[in-house]
Amino acid sequence: MRIKLEKRREPSMAMLVITPVASVLLTMLIGIVVFDLIGIKGFKAVVDIFLSPLLASYKWQDVALKAAPLIIIALGLSMGNRAQVWNIGAEGQYVIGALCSAGVGIAFGAAGGFFVILLMVLAGMIGGGAWAAIPAVLRTRYNVNEILSSLMLTYVALQVLGYLVGGPWKDPNGRNFPATAPLIDAQTLPVWPGSTVHLGVLVALVLPFVFWVIMARSEFGYQVRVVGSSPTAARHGGFDSRRTIWATLIIGGAMAGLAGSLEFTGVLHKIDLGFPSGYGFTAIIVAFLGRLNPIGCLIAGIVLAVTYVGGQMAQTSVHIPNSTAGIFQAMMLFFILASDILVRYRVRIIPSAKAVA
Amino acid sequence: MSLDFIIAAIITVVGLTTPILLAGLGELVVEKSGVLNLGVEGMMLVGAISGFGVTVFTFNPWLGVLGAAAGGAAASMLFAVLVLQLNSNQVATGLALTIFGTGLSSLLGLSFTGRIIVPFLSVFPDWLAKDPVWRLFFGHSPIVYFAILMIPLTSWFLKSTRAGLILRAVGENDLSAHSIGYSVVGVRYAAIAFGGAMAGIGGCYFSMVITPMWAEKMTAGRGWIALALVVFAGWRTGRLLAGAYFFGILMALELYAKASGFSFLPSQFWAAMPYAMTVVALSFISSRGTAGANAPACLGKPFLPSS
Repeated sequence: MRIKLEKRREPSMAMLVITPVASVLLTMLIGIVVFDLIGIKGFKAVVDIFLSPLLASYKWQDVALKAAPLIIIALGLSMGNRAQVWNIGAEGQYVIGALCSAGVGIAFGAAGGFFVILLMVLAGMIGGGAWAAIPAVLRTRYNVNEILSSLMLTYVALQVLGYLVGGPWKDPNGRNFPATAPLIDAQTLPVWPGSTVHLGVLVALVLPFVFWVIMARSEFGYQVRVVGSSPTAARHGGFDSRRTIWATLIIGGAMAGLAGSLEFTGVLHKIDLGFPSGYGFTAIIVAFLGRLNPIGCLIAGIVLAVTYVGGQMAQTSVHIPNSTAGIFQAMMLFFILASDILVRYRVRIIPSAKAVA
Repeated sequence: MSLDFIIAAIITVVGLTTPILLAGLGELVVEKSGVLNLGVEGMMLVGAISGFGVTVFTFNPWLGVLGAAAGGAAASMLFAVLVLQLNSNQVATGLALTIFGTGLSSLLGLSFTGRIIVPFLSVFPDWLAKDPVWRLFFGHSPIVYFAILMIPLTSWFLKSTRAGLILRAVGENDLSAHSIGYSVVGVRYAAIAFGGAMAGIGGCYFSMVITPMWAEKMTAGRGWIALALVVFAGWRTGRLLAGAYFFGILMALELYAKASGFSFLPSQFWAAMPYAMTVVALSFISSRGTAGANAPACLGKPFLPSS
């Protein structure tokens, strides 16, 4: 007998939904087995990482805070991926976004309030979008592969951050520690009374629906999908693929910048060398786990946020390193990528007697 | 500037260059076969911990290097199966490999933190290796000589052997190579394994030569520099060597700028240079169109023979 793959005419909707769920479950299952084999209590580790944050209600706000940037960045990235635009420099755009917010905040000095915060967040979006515009120009003008250029620019962005927080923007009262001065209260995002949940979490809950409407109902969304799935058809249909590349890269950058800005004004209130925490890279997992669908990104963002919070909890309870959560995140991505083939192909098992190809 | 200082500086540059040279050379072969593996950083970390681990148990750094190569290659096989067998997206799979390798190496490294290992004995007699001047040529770790040796070997393999020609053909036009009967998947498996082994050896340079100890995430983003290097070199081995030393000098300038305010520019400027230069080089290479560009035509694209 042999296994034959037949290309489906339409991607299987059932598989689109089933495979991400199966990937998460399979990751948990294999996690239990493998961890037991290497002498760590596997069941406890998996429960701690995947379930404890959901069961302990006091951890929900941590999950919400972690999920917000992941969802926002993943929304922008998945729109690009739909158009076959591979922006993997979201981490850099996130950093530049936060720095632009900080710059505006510093420029306003002691002034604060609604309009200043709005300006700070807008500056973050513009900054992130501008940083993503560099790969966009290079791609459309010089045909430079945006995967490589956006990634390289991430490392440039990290150095820009290092320079600013260690030099011109260093907090004079910060004991010579490379970090910006903490934001004054009037420049921070409002939070839900009695919690740490800031306005950005609400933004992260609303944006997936906005993106869904754009992708599913607008002409622009249609254009993005056509350019991605069939560039030749797009050309015949009169769609300008260069415009799509521009738009999706800049939207992706603006979303990453927005996430950075919200993280800065809503959670951390200052920027130090630890500010780039890998959300821009993890959001790529979120985008894939969410099947490049805006609502999928919302759910996947929460799942990934749970593993982040759970990873930290497991560090103290089962004494496994925080990076274990990273192993699980990578496993989820491996499984989802491996199962991608089930969406696009039908697996046929052909009995050996008839296998005369 | 005294002679001692210059010699010390050059030795620093060689140390900084060797890991990215090894990993970059491996990735160059992978990309020449038409595959983009963004998992270099992850494979380097797996190599760093497996090389260290093997040396701890066997007391033999030579076996350690073999272990590092095996570890890196094993990690790369995860990527290879997904990309080649299941046609998964190469970018995302490579990133997953980096995240996975980072996590795995931290987990495996838990029991090795604080351990020390047997260092390499120098390849050359002490009167050469320890001489204040001659150590410039004879005082390096064997891995350094291995890296230098691999450059002409790889170049010869790619340019002058039949296998190298097939590998390049697979990277330039996988469908044609397939139609005249070459195993595209087989060639790419071999290339990816070579890339993994080289990244692994590059990684173990950190844990076995630079610090001789294990620390989490000790490759500190050099895997990404190696990726940049391949592009910067325009997929040519000779330029890869030159580029690696150029990047090595930039990294050394960053170190000196940090340590002593030696430079008139902030250290971050030097640290950002390899990446910024790569973007500029990429623009030059790409703007010349397909004729001037040396990029393999199938780079990053899935292989889909019509069935």
